[in-house]
Amino acid sequence: MTTTTLAVLVPLLPFLGAAAGLAVGRTAPGFVRPLAVLPTLAAAVLAVLVAVRQGGNTVIEASTELTPTGSVPLTLGLHIDGFAALVAVLVGVVASCVQIYSTGYLRDDPRYPSYAALVSLFTAAMLLVVYSGDLMVLLVGWEIMGICSYFLVGHHWETPEARSASLKAFLVTKLGDVPFLFGLFALAADAGTFRIDGILATVASGGLDHPTVVALLLLAGVAGKSAQFPLHTWLPDAMAGPTPVSALIHAATMVAAGIYFVARLLPVFAASAAALTVLAVTAAVTMVGSALAALAQDDIKRVLAYSTIGQLGYMAGALAVGDRGAALFHLLSHAAFKALLFLAAGAVIHAAGTNSLTAMSRTGGLAKRIPDAYWTMTVALLALAAIPPFAGFFSKEAVLVAAEHTALGDRPGVPAGAGWTVLAAGLLTALLTAAYALRLWLRAFRGRGAEAPDHGRQPIAMTSVLWVLAVPSLGFGLGAFVLDDWFDGEPLTPTLTTAVLGTGLAVAGGAVTYAVWRTLAARAVPAAPAPHVAHPDADAGLVEAEALHLPHPAEDPADPGRALLGPLHGPAADGFRLDALYARAFVRPVLAAASLVRFLDREVVDTYVRGAAGTAKGLGWLVRRAQTGNVQTYLSALLAGSVVLAIAAVALANAFAGA
Amino acid sequence: MHLAYPAVLAALLFCVGLYGVLARRNAILVLMSLELMLNAVNLNLVAFDVWLRDALHAGQALTLFTIAVAAAEIGIGLAIVLMVYRNRGTADVDRLRDTAEAPRGTDEKAEAAA
Repeated sequence: MTTTTLAVLVPLLPFLGAAAGLAVGRTAPGFVRPLAVLPTLAAAVLAVLVAVRQGGNTVIEASTELTPTGSVPLTLGLHIDGFAALVAVLVGVVASCVQIYSTGYLRDDPRYPSYAALVSLFTAAMLLVVYSGDLMVLLVGWEIMGICSYFLVGHHWETPEARSASLKAFLVTKLGDVPFLFGLFALAADAGTFRIDGILATVASGGLDHPTVVALLLLAGVAGKSAQFPLHTWLPDAMAGPTPVSALIHAATMVAAGIYFVARLLPVFAASAAALTVLAVTAAVTMVGSALAALAQDDIKRVLAYSTIGQLGYMAGALAVGDRGAALFHLLSHAAFKALLFLAAGAVIHAAGTNSLTAMSRTGGLAKRIPDAYWTMTVALLALAAIPPFAGFFSKEAVLVAAEHTALGDRPGVPAGAGWTVLAAGLLTALLTAAYALRLWLRAFRGRGAEAPDHGRQPIAMTSVLWVLAVPSLGFGLGAFVLDDWFDGEPLTPTLTTAVLGTGLAVAGGAVTYAVWRTLAARAVPAAPAPHVAHPDADAGLVEAEALHLPHPAEDPADPGRALLGPLHGPAADGFRLDALYARAFVRPVLAAASLVRFLDREVVDTYVRGAAGTAKGLGWLVRRAQTGNVQTYLSALLAGSVVLAIAAVALANAFAGA
Repeated sequence: MHLAYPAVLAALLFCVGLYGVLARRNAILVLMSLELMLNAVNLNLVAFDVWLRDALHAGQALTLFTIAVAAAEIGIGLAIVLMVYRNRGTADVDRLRDTAEAPRGTDEKAEAAA
């Protein structure tokens, strides 16, 4: 098979798997698991093959005209460069891991067939986004991902949290997608094509008339999809979805799609210094804000969600300083360790019977109960905190090095201010990241109190996947020495200054957190155990759905995050009250407008409708009175009518004749 | 003969027929009154035909048509009256009110019974 055929099969296989899974889900439940796992696995293998054949140097281009539109043509095209090939491998691998994990995690879930089909459909859409050479086709995949995210976040739709979270995720990302669509149109209108290579050629020749407007419109969509400030608020709430969904969609792939999109079209953004500055400031605010918020969260998955937002901020920062190699490198390593963190968190929630860190800190011996999750999560948290030699260290270093180069003016065309912003925010975030990573680890696995109950071993489908993902979390950093050929050729290796600064800050953050934790733990009085789910022996997915309802314990004095943040803790735990602000600024006016429309419809429009019906009814009542059944009465009426008409006709004729 | 005589006679006949159709209660008498009205029209047709000296005698021809149609009509009409009388034991037009607008609610009862 040619490479093009292989590449076409990569998104097609999960799509067919999704269609078949939906079709036979009810009639043949035995086929659901193979139909979920095998196409995704095959797509992953094919993606690896495509990457090997592509080899990182030659861009594979293939396209066929989709439909004549009269103006800007739409094409069904592939555009596979080093970025696309590697991201597709990542998507395939993580999706396969998540599908395998889900077979254990949602073992007894009655909605597993539709769940697995939606995950497959999502995988197909993401692979379409990655491989597509045409922006309109990319947008199709982009929107399918959005709707799959909506359905999967709302998997436990019996709970009000899941329902409102899925709606929020959908609406907030759509809020960014509208300007995104306009941005695509503006870009295509300037370039005369939706094809990525055509657009890049136009940009290279300076044919773009309004680069700033286009870039800012596109950035709105990217901020929505990749959860960047100020459109990030949907991501923490989206944790109401099952954990494998969080791992796939809200950590590894969909939220990375925005970063990937900017990386593909980086020349468009680089054509406007203003857009790069906006991106840098957004990334800096996102990084620092989300790291502070992560330090204050009690729900283990919300900690990871804010952490994801922050790491996406790093990638956006790397893009803002014009180095897409560093951004994609961090995207790949982050996807590996963050997917691992989420999947391990699923195991932790199952074993602990709660998703609250405070409750876990009052339970002892959790690490002994789930050794696989414990060890892999430790590896992934070390990667997250960017401790050498784990993967996160190298990729974060690549970002910081890129920011440093830009700040020192080594990169023409990119404002040095953007470089300084990203560098400062990145270093501060490195400190905070280590702090919240260590807090998460200490609170989850170093709890003191009653022993955690033993539910037996986790299913092998869940634990094996954790170890598979632990390998790249541990060793992917070595890619820094190889991967630069796949990207733009800029070196990804760490330099001494940033490595010492970054690691020093991370170690400092960790040390302070540990010291505070020790002091607080020594001083704290043993608190009452926090609430746990009622059926801890149930399926992991059911335990998680039940844990969504649990009340989170009141503020815990033994929480190191609380002591570290001081007065900031309250606002940070609330996500800096952005939700309340949005509710006041947007939700309430919309609701008021809706109630006005409702009033107009019910009271004004409906009056006419009811009046029309009432008039016809009354007339009908009158006419029915005349329906006596006596034919002679009818005839008499007929006669009287004819006589009246005849007299009228004669009288009128005479009147006109007289006049 | 002056046109006024047949015209007045036809008018009288028509009025007698009209009164019969509107006021008689026996369906057979209603049909007979109907015939009176038709024949009043026929009389008019013939009279005006003669008065106008129509070369084609269209009035007389039309009269023949009317007589033929009236014969057919009275045949069907009498047959219907006969059937109604056999079914109901009466040919009283005032009591044949099946098509009347029923008081509210009786329709549903009738349908349920059927």
